[in-house]
Amino acid sequence: MIKELHEKLLAGKITSEKLTQNYFSKIKKKDEKISAFLTLTEDLAMAQAKKTDEKIKKGEEIGILEGIPGAVKDVICMKGVRTTAASKILDNYIAPYDATVIQKLKASGAVFLGKTNCDEFAMGSSTEKSAYAITKNPADLQRVPGGSSGGSAAAVAGDEAVWALGSDTGGSIRQPASFCGVVGLKPTYGRVSRYGLLSMASSFDQIGPIAKNIEDAAIILSEIAGQDKRDATSARSAGKRYEKYLEGSIQGLKIGFIKEHFENLNKKVKNSMENVLKKYARLGAEIKEINLPHIRYSLPVYYIVMPCEVSSNLARFDGMKYGMRIFDQQDSDLEKINPEERKLREIYLDSRRYGLGEEVKKRIMLGTYALSSGYYEAYYLRAQKVRELIKRDFEKIFASSQKGVDLILAPTTPTPAFKIGEKNANPIEMYLEDIFTVTANVIGIPAISLPADPVDWEGKKLPVGFQLMGKWFNEEGILRAAYAYEKSS
Amino acid sequence: MITKDEVKYIAKLARIGVSEKEVEKFTRDLSAVLDWVEELKKVDIEKISEISHIFGRENSLREDRVEKFAEAEKIIELFPEKKERYDKVKSIF
Repeated sequence: MIKELHEKLLAGKITSEKLTQNYFSKIKKKDEKISAFLTLTEDLAMAQAKKTDEKIKKGEEIGILEGIPGAVKDVICMKGVRTTAASKILDNYIAPYDATVIQKLKASGAVFLGKTNCDEFAMGSSTEKSAYAITKNPADLQRVPGGSSGGSAAAVAGDEAVWALGSDTGGSIRQPASFCGVVGLKPTYGRVSRYGLLSMASSFDQIGPIAKNIEDAAIILSEIAGQDKRDATSARSAGKRYEKYLEGSIQGLKIGFIKEHFENLNKKVKNSMENVLKKYARLGAEIKEINLPHIRYSLPVYYIVMPCEVSSNLARFDGMKYGMRIFDQQDSDLEKINPEERKLREIYLDSRRYGLGEEVKKRIMLGTYALSSGYYEAYYLRAQKVRELIKRDFEKIFASSQKGVDLILAPTTPTPAFKIGEKNANPIEMYLEDIFTVTANVIGIPAISLPADPVDWEGKKLPVGFQLMGKWFNEEGILRAAYAYEKSS
Repeated sequence: MITKDEVKYIAKLARIGVSEKEVEKFTRDLSAVLDWVEELKKVDIEKISEISHIFGRENSLREDRVEKFAEAEKIIELFPEKKERYDKVKSIF
């Protein structure tokens, strides 16, 4: 899609201004129902589009993404633009700087339509935990788009943006991509700079693309990848023009799957996944059952370590330097403290009480508990040790193609999109949404979700995705295998 | 399992104001999660050291050079309360 639009721009069949205007009219028509966007950046977008058109008119060369409109999840800072993380505590926050990915995309000439809705601070799997709106799934407005990057996935699926950026801490790009029937890529930890991404859990977070097809996802990744001196965890390798490595046979490629992933699946989803495996076999890949003994612990590891990092990262939202400051609560426990200190304490307590949502508070408290004296060894340290064991399993399986595999295939989600409100009663049930996606974050490997055969579900045909995971920094490998599947569909 | 008193204590450590009703809900929800992660106790971690980084990384070093942030005024604009160009906060002494 990006390539076609690029060619049309070059041939003078469309202008970027016209294209961008078209997307804004689509947004105005559709977003009342879908609620994918929190903020529109129309002036910025039109100025960017104009610049591209002038370059084309002058006969200057333009980049592949130049003049093509996309959307950005509202956890990524864009200079001069309201950036809320879908939280009340940042309701009035205007980012004073650009995230590195935004700097890079600006340099590429990309057009920004606006900021998309998500679960508050990217904590959730349905976009129902946004403090502003519930985004609806364009495939069925009664259903959630998934989360936390639900606004980005819904914007792309609903034709409100050509491409979008999301962030993925435990599945937040891939799960909504699966629910909305689009492509979502979580790069290797360190592939993309996190500078300017509002931190959730720093050892898991990665920014990545949500797009209509594999080639588009590859193009966006090429534009945003690379080392950044502002993110010490960004990897040295510069990345590639990934879209140039998509073609080619996957004959002999070894794709592993884990039996347990498929055994307990709903029959319809299982059927869809088995069709994917069959198709890969037809394309010449060698399908192999593998055993990763510790993978079943990924989710509990995640739900200990992630809240610990959350509790530390979100300590900065205290009503002091920016964001919401509230001071109206009377707390009898504080009566004994001297009145000056008491005022300060009350600002902390009230700003966080009224500024943060329930899920966010829950995770902060869980992390505070797990890190507190006497519990650290039992929770955090133990979880980090199990995390090491999970990593070793994967190192072993990816060590040689001969004895192991090149890629691992898994479902992205246990079911297609669920209905709004369906999973709010039991907190664990929502957490189980991450069961297939979270491992890639726990050990930092790249993973992509792309549409499998849709399933007949409660009277509708709903999208469902499958995942390809690869060795650290092998984005090229998963993209090529994903492209082979897409092309044969 | 976690008790209501523990939840109140954690809320205080985390600087989050909570109502009685919230304490009850958090006690229930946090207990559910803590029971569920008990599963990790089944894993033998005797000889394992904790993960330090997700892949073998070298030190990431750069020159220690000051870069002036051009948008200082924009940061000042974000202060919740200000006096001239200072962030106004409550005194602690």
